[in-house]
Amino acid sequence: MRTILFIIQKEFKQIFRDKSMLRLIFILPILQLLILSNAATFDVKNIRISFIDSDNSISSRVLKDKFNANSYFSVTKELTNPKEGLDFLQKGSTDIVIEIPNQFEKMLQNEKKAELQIQINAIDAATAGVQNVYVSQIVQQVNQDIAVKIYNTTENQIILSRIETIPSFWYNNTLNYKTFMVPGILVLLVTMLTLFLSAMNIVREKELGTLEQINVTPIKKYQFIIGKLFPFWVLGLIILSVGLVISKVVFNVPMLGSILLVYGFTSIYLLLILGFGLYISNHTETQQQAMFIAWFFMVIFILMSGLFTPIESMPKWAQNITLLNPIRYFVEFIRMVLLKGAGLKEVLPNLVVILIFAILINGLAVWSYKKTN
Amino acid sequence: MSISVQNISKSFKNVSAIQNISFEVKSGELFGLIGPDGAGKTTLFRTLTTLLIPNEGNAIVAGHDIIKNVKEIRNSVGYMPGKFSLYQDLTIAENLAFFATIFGTTIEENYDLIEDIYVQIEPFKNRRAGALSGGMKQKLALCCALIHKPEVLFLDEPTTGVDPVSRKEFWEMLKRLKQKGITILVSTPYMDEAVLCDRIALIQKGEILKIDTPENIVSSYEKTIYDIKTNKMHQLIEHLKKFPTQYSVFAFGEYVHYIDNNIELDLQKLKIYLEEKQHTNIIIQKATTTIEDVFMDL
Repeated sequence: MRTILFIIQKEFKQIFRDKSMLRLIFILPILQLLILSNAATFDVKNIRISFIDSDNSISSRVLKDKFNANSYFSVTKELTNPKEGLDFLQKGSTDIVIEIPNQFEKMLQNEKKAELQIQINAIDAATAGVQNVYVSQIVQQVNQDIAVKIYNTTENQIILSRIETIPSFWYNNTLNYKTFMVPGILVLLVTMLTLFLSAMNIVREKELGTLEQINVTPIKKYQFIIGKLFPFWVLGLIILSVGLVISKVVFNVPMLGSILLVYGFTSIYLLLILGFGLYISNHTETQQQAMFIAWFFMVIFILMSGLFTPIESMPKWAQNITLLNPIRYFVEFIRMVLLKGAGLKEVLPNLVVILIFAILINGLAVWSYKKTN
Repeated sequence: MSISVQNISKSFKNVSAIQNISFEVKSGELFGLIGPDGAGKTTLFRTLTTLLIPNEGNAIVAGHDIIKNVKEIRNSVGYMPGKFSLYQDLTIAENLAFFATIFGTTIEENYDLIEDIYVQIEPFKNRRAGALSGGMKQKLALCCALIHKPEVLFLDEPTTGVDPVSRKEFWEMLKRLKQKGITILVSTPYMDEAVLCDRIALIQKGEILKIDTPENIVSSYEKTIYDIKTNKMHQLIEHLKKFPTQYSVFAFGEYVHYIDNNIELDLQKLKIYLEEKQHTNIIIQKATTTIEDVFMDL
């Protein structure tokens, strides 16, 4: 015990002695949380739209006014012919070109049916999809307004039957994406920091040659490993605390569930990440190699965590892979607890999976750590 | 016997580092392992300190088997690797306290053993190890290797890269440690340090060539060595190599060392030969044999 305490003391001394590293450890995650949370938005705003109005009727003007009045769209220019529209798209001066054909109003009145051409720049498929939905919704509204007007003036006896949906967004009723993103980004930061630091820590002693000196001493494997990793466990919890305070104070993220539960889960989760870092450390010879491998896994973990793209929309095989991704469970957990107020009973499956992973990876890491070759 | 090595071999993948090495070191002996870089000295040290498991053979160190009693060995040997491997960002005092603790002891407990050495670096005890001179680093490393009062001390090239004055001091420290009953196995590429050992083993390409006291190694060398010096040192080696009865020629300081196949060399004949090759100011004299000469001949 005395030995472990002494190693922990030595590790903390070394961490605090490296002033520039210390600053990086604390300032970078805070900056990332502040910047990423504001930047990583799924909202599609400021959509530039252009019209080619070959009809110039009341109906076409009603349509254009609807877009003009909507804050998500900004109408750039009235174009005169389709070729100009295509050029405009090509140059990237507009995102959407809507062409209203000649006789648009007449067709509506006579045949109760008219066509619109909508061209959308789909370089970014996800954005294009969202824009398409927005445009369709507005066109739909216009359609209804016009329809009501036409039917009212002509055939009064026809009663319109339509279904109206009024959505109610539970757990995030204003659909504030920050409420949704901030806890997830916090999870990423805690994971990245502890994984990188622990993966590089023991490999650093290998590089410096100090590990050889340690290996000839009668120190036990578990003493050395606990002594080396405990400081990073503490550091991970500190980063979590700082992150939670920022989430509350700056982003006003609701915290409905038990904070104690968040800390309890994170404590176990950190054991898993530290064990993984140790495992990487054991199988590499230089800090560069360790960093490279840690990054490789980190990128997969992040992209397959369900933070940026919903897991439900991944192909089946990819969904199966995410079952091995610890970040997935943590992101799910923290959203459930903070936003939904889930209790221990609801998050138990996540907790159990993380616990099993932690035991497996630590067992593997301790077993593969060899004092003798 | 403090160290008893029997037929140890170790290879890495297909490269054989040491082959079939056997030797014994008596208790309280200062034993030198002399050989050039790449001879296998470090591999042998790492094997004896339980960092490597030998492919074949076994060894007993301080009464413990290096394969079966790993824990006991780690408690009873001190190892100072060739590369400085203490924490550069910790101070002298912190490094020493750290190693004392992980050996389960304290600085005070074995202070008498390191006192001689520690007093020399104590004025700088709050300086970080990374900011120390080469000589001071060696002293600190020696203190850390001694702090748990080991029975056997392994020093892998302790004086490589250290200035001549510190080297001399270092060997004096080793002598004092020997008087305290510690068995020391030291390796060095410097032949002049070999004479300071009780016994030496000459090692090359992973094999031990000779084991004896430095005096015996020198005196048992039966060939006569000549120092030769002329005005044209450059061509001298070339010309001597063409002399019909030459055995070996190599540069040695300001002279060239020449060994002849015949025990009784006709010096006059050699001088005439050199004069024919346009050498002047020829000096030919008998040289005192050194370890290096013996090593070159092996």
